[in-house]
Amino acid sequence: MIRTFDVTKVYQVGEMTVPALNGVTLNIGRGDFVSIMGPSGSGKSTFMNILGCLDLVTAGRYLLDGVDVSHFSKDELAEIRNRRMGFVFQGFNLLSRSSAQENVELPMLYSGTPAGERRERAREALVKLGLEGREHHLPNQLSGGQQQRVAIARAMVNEAPLLFADEPTGNLDTKTSMEIMDLVVRLNEESQITIVLVTHELDIAAFSRRVIRFVDGVVVSDVKQGA
Amino acid sequence: MVVSIWSTTKIAFRALWVNKMRSALTMLGIIIGVGSVIAMLAVGQGASEKISEQVASMGSNLLIVMSGSVTSGGLRMGSGTQMTLTLEDAYAIERECSAVVAVAPMLNGVAQVVYGNQNWATAVQGTTPGILEVRDAALVSGRPLTDQDIRAAAKVVLLGQTVVDNLFGSLDPVGQIIRIKKVPFTVIGVLEKKGQSVVGQDQDDLAYIPVTTAQKKIIGTTFAGMVRTILIKARSAEEMDRAERQVNDLLKQRHRISPKGEIDFSIRNLTQMLQVAEQSTRVMTLLLGAIASVSLLVGGIGIMNIMLVSVTERTREIGIRMAVGAKTWAIRMQFLVEALTLSLSGGVIGIILGVVTSEILSRLAGWTTIVSPLSVILAFGFSGMVGIFFGFYPAYKASLLNPIEALRCE
Repeated sequence: MIRTFDVTKVYQVGEMTVPALNGVTLNIGRGDFVSIMGPSGSGKSTFMNILGCLDLVTAGRYLLDGVDVSHFSKDELAEIRNRRMGFVFQGFNLLSRSSAQENVELPMLYSGTPAGERRERAREALVKLGLEGREHHLPNQLSGGQQQRVAIARAMVNEAPLLFADEPTGNLDTKTSMEIMDLVVRLNEESQITIVLVTHELDIAAFSRRVIRFVDGVVVSDVKQGA
Repeated sequence: MVVSIWSTTKIAFRALWVNKMRSALTMLGIIIGVGSVIAMLAVGQGASEKISEQVASMGSNLLIVMSGSVTSGGLRMGSGTQMTLTLEDAYAIERECSAVVAVAPMLNGVAQVVYGNQNWATAVQGTTPGILEVRDAALVSGRPLTDQDIRAAAKVVLLGQTVVDNLFGSLDPVGQIIRIKKVPFTVIGVLEKKGQSVVGQDQDDLAYIPVTTAQKKIIGTTFAGMVRTILIKARSAEEMDRAERQVNDLLKQRHRISPKGEIDFSIRNLTQMLQVAEQSTRVMTLLLGAIASVSLLVGGIGIMNIMLVSVTERTREIGIRMAVGAKTWAIRMQFLVEALTLSLSGGVIGIILGVVTSEILSRLAGWTTIVSPLSVILAFGFSGMVGIFFGFYPAYKASLLNPIEALRCE
């Protein structure tokens, strides 16, 4: 599903060039559950941004479902993000002035789904994640775990086959973290959703079936493990 | 893929509602701008409408022949200072100029009129029966002047409404005897009300008497049969120029003026003068509107300012929207609609304010104001244009944000 060939990313900071990725070649299959680990500055977030079509490679190629998206335009990438992937962030990244329901509707707003269907599907997604009765709460009226579940509902509502999670449990306590991870595992096992998880916590990475470690912009280990 | 305008508008309204005070202050610029454009245009429109009305009330297709300058012992006198026109000139014009339909010679002065213990100074105008037609005037009661009155130099008078009000109050004046410069006159009729002239003169504060009576009893003339002016009504607006030429030729001939000689009369085309006045009012209206639209422009800059602040404040929101798949167009649209919502809401409130203001102006200051539908449409359209024009740059800026950096922003 995801193939990268010798992906390089260099940031230009003023006069200096800062390398973030130095030739990453990887293969992530459909239905896989991958953790990306590494110290800060190792390039793991940069790599996820590239996989998530939020950023472009400096050199190398990135094939998504066999299509090279390395040089897609901004709008083409937006379309891919909208239809084929979902994001869950450490800081939840919900619209603070919109209700849970409206947050979940957001991707459908940009995919042109009719209002009635939008409402219906958003409600269904929220119910599925155990948020029934909280549809009209604002994010600040919800607990951290609930907010992250709203974010997951938002990521999945367009039935995207890919989920990117950037430290999804970073702001949650252990118990809630486990609940969220159970949810993620369920998405992977029951809905065959491919999951790419960035984390620096070993017990979170333990939920995945494959752990890729980054150091200084290169892959230093790629280990499959029993879930 | 079209993000529905309705959803976008809803988002815009919510975003504006969150910062109620700020949105209201931003709108205020547009409100004042649109309001003043509407009010100014209403005042201007009212003024020009009033002038048109007055043009009609003065009598249509009117030419005025005035006694011109004469040279007397080396001194050149201004026009009207010497009477060079005669009653006979007036009759000749009526007889011989085909483009003329009615003629009224005028010999006027101000005199005290007295009835019982009431007295009033008014414009006493010696004239002929033609005056009613020339002035487009009518009687509300009594009878008009007749040729018999002129021949006999009868002591009869037609009174304007203002004079009647001041001398008689609610009494019926027809048949009563009033004194003009101590000479008794019989009131034979009352003129219909005409209102103010272009220059604000009361057109009802007058008394018409036979021109012959005026010459003999009321207003002294150097030579018998002199009149000060001759009012002429042309057959139609198109015939004005022809009438003017005919009168000019006839009077030159009658006054025996050689081609190089000094012309002792002048002809004024009143309609033309009033058209000029109307033109200048129109220019004034435009000018007022232009000044008012400057404030609309300032309001637009206010919108741009606030939208730029808003884009900066909501960088993270923009990042989230981009991450879930908002395209450049959708982000641009969102902020453009927000600016448009501000400016159009301001526009609507401004229109209401403008209409109310012009209503207040007409009630308190007594100005005629007319709010034309066109000016409302114009102001509304203009405020929309201001929104698009000044909203575009902030919207453009928002759409250029990098999603990763936007998401990282707190």
